[in-house]
Amino acid sequence: MTTATHSHRAADGYGYGFRTVAAMEWQKLRTVRSTWYIVALEAITMVGLAILVLSHEGYRQMTAAERTSFDPTHDCFIGLVLGQLLFGTLGVLAITSEFSSGMIRSTFAAVPRRPLVLTAKAAVLGTVTLAAGEVTAFLAFLAGQAALAAPAPHATLGQPGVLRAVLVAGAYPALIALIGLGVGALVRHTAGAICALVGVLFVLPLLFVTPALQNAGQNFLPHPMANALTSVKPMPGTLPPGVVFALLCGYAVVAVAAGAWALARRDA
Amino acid sequence: MIEARGLVKRYRSTQAVNNLSFDVRPGTVTGFLGPNGAGKSTTMRMIMGLDRPDAGQARIGGKRYADLRWPLREVGALLEAKAFHPARSARAHLNALAASNGIGSRRVEEMLALTGIEKAADRKAGKFSLGMSQRLGLAAALLGDPGVLLLDEPVNGLDPEGIRWIRTLLKHLAAQGRTVLVSSHLINEMAHTADALIVIGQGRLLAQTTVAQLSARGSLEEAFFRLTEGTADYSGSL
Repeated sequence: MTTATHSHRAADGYGYGFRTVAAMEWQKLRTVRSTWYIVALEAITMVGLAILVLSHEGYRQMTAAERTSFDPTHDCFIGLVLGQLLFGTLGVLAITSEFSSGMIRSTFAAVPRRPLVLTAKAAVLGTVTLAAGEVTAFLAFLAGQAALAAPAPHATLGQPGVLRAVLVAGAYPALIALIGLGVGALVRHTAGAICALVGVLFVLPLLFVTPALQNAGQNFLPHPMANALTSVKPMPGTLPPGVVFALLCGYAVVAVAAGAWALARRDA
Repeated sequence: MIEARGLVKRYRSTQAVNNLSFDVRPGTVTGFLGPNGAGKSTTMRMIMGLDRPDAGQARIGGKRYADLRWPLREVGALLEAKAFHPARSARAHLNALAASNGIGSRRVEEMLALTGIEKAADRKAGKFSLGMSQRLGLAAALLGDPGVLLLDEPVNGLDPEGIRWIRTLLKHLAAQGRTVLVSSHLINEMAHTADALIVIGQGRLLAQTTVAQLSARGSLEEAFFRLTEGTADYSGSL
């Protein structure tokens, strides 16, 4: 601490911005152990369930109809049922843990532009979960194919639609993490935000019971949308994959934008 | 220099801060004094841009907090003892905040040493005692070597040695030409730390004075009670 130091500010350029705030958010995410527990659990779930399911397909006992609809790619991603919730929780915690601890006021004191904070959080969280999700999805796919016994037909990345299915299986949990982040910024409480997320992912699809509604669910509810996108065998009544995926991305953008708006509006 | 002009804050049924105006000047420690519930913390949060005033505004060196380019290099604040993630280490907490304002990790190490928590720097901050949490909060406030400091009840939880240390530190910082605003509900504590005083009660300004003026006629404590009479949220009887 020196007497001359607090007049040096003018020389320091433009001030904080996306780069410095993202650096803060990366430090925050990486220095809490639960982040890496969740990432590890996601990988174990995805790969473990892929091996478990594909090693018990029982292709020999299948009827002809079952064999026609057998989709060795889609079956590798049963783990998404849990994986989406794990990364969704990671997204929720990225913001609600700041509210529950009081950290949020340290954050906003350092960076008063709150939408910038959430944008940087989303960028860091999205990058980490996307990278982890893609690696995990490829591992799950490869492990699943290795676990699948002949004479069942195996999937390869070169077959039409397979690469897309694997890529979406990696990206989907990252999108749910971003939705979780947005919901967390809106709700502020961990339990409440996770409940809201469970409601959207698991409860809402249960309400789409009639065939017509099921069709709508496939195209507009996140979990059924992911189901359709990770299927290589065509599912009747679905919109083109590109449209469905764009819609999923749209949900994530809307959730983060709504969260940013709520953060800017309410007292910390 | 901190300027508060006509600050108003209402929460549902209560008027927490009511048309509050004052100046905090550089070069001395200014005590922000009032009974519990007088609106000290709310006022500090409004200065920091954490709570939005219903009317009026606060400026720091002529700027609104939201317009500061490097907030941590201009204002350091300790508003609550545990404003950190309990599972993150003290060092990681400070490094994250430092990164947001382009402050290097060498400064983080210096502040860990200055506040005497370097040996505990890699432990989870959630395991810290109240006194150590206050020291971590102070380390965060001083990270950017700011010209303005806002501290809300910083001696809470500190042992006598810690209290003396913080008093000396604050006086030293003010003597370097910084603006230092320290809140407390304890007049005697303030008398040892502050020179200038801002006294509020029920969200209103009761006096902008000095410790010397207030204690000119008899006991400081009596003078404080006369000032805040009838504004305390509750009063006990024997």
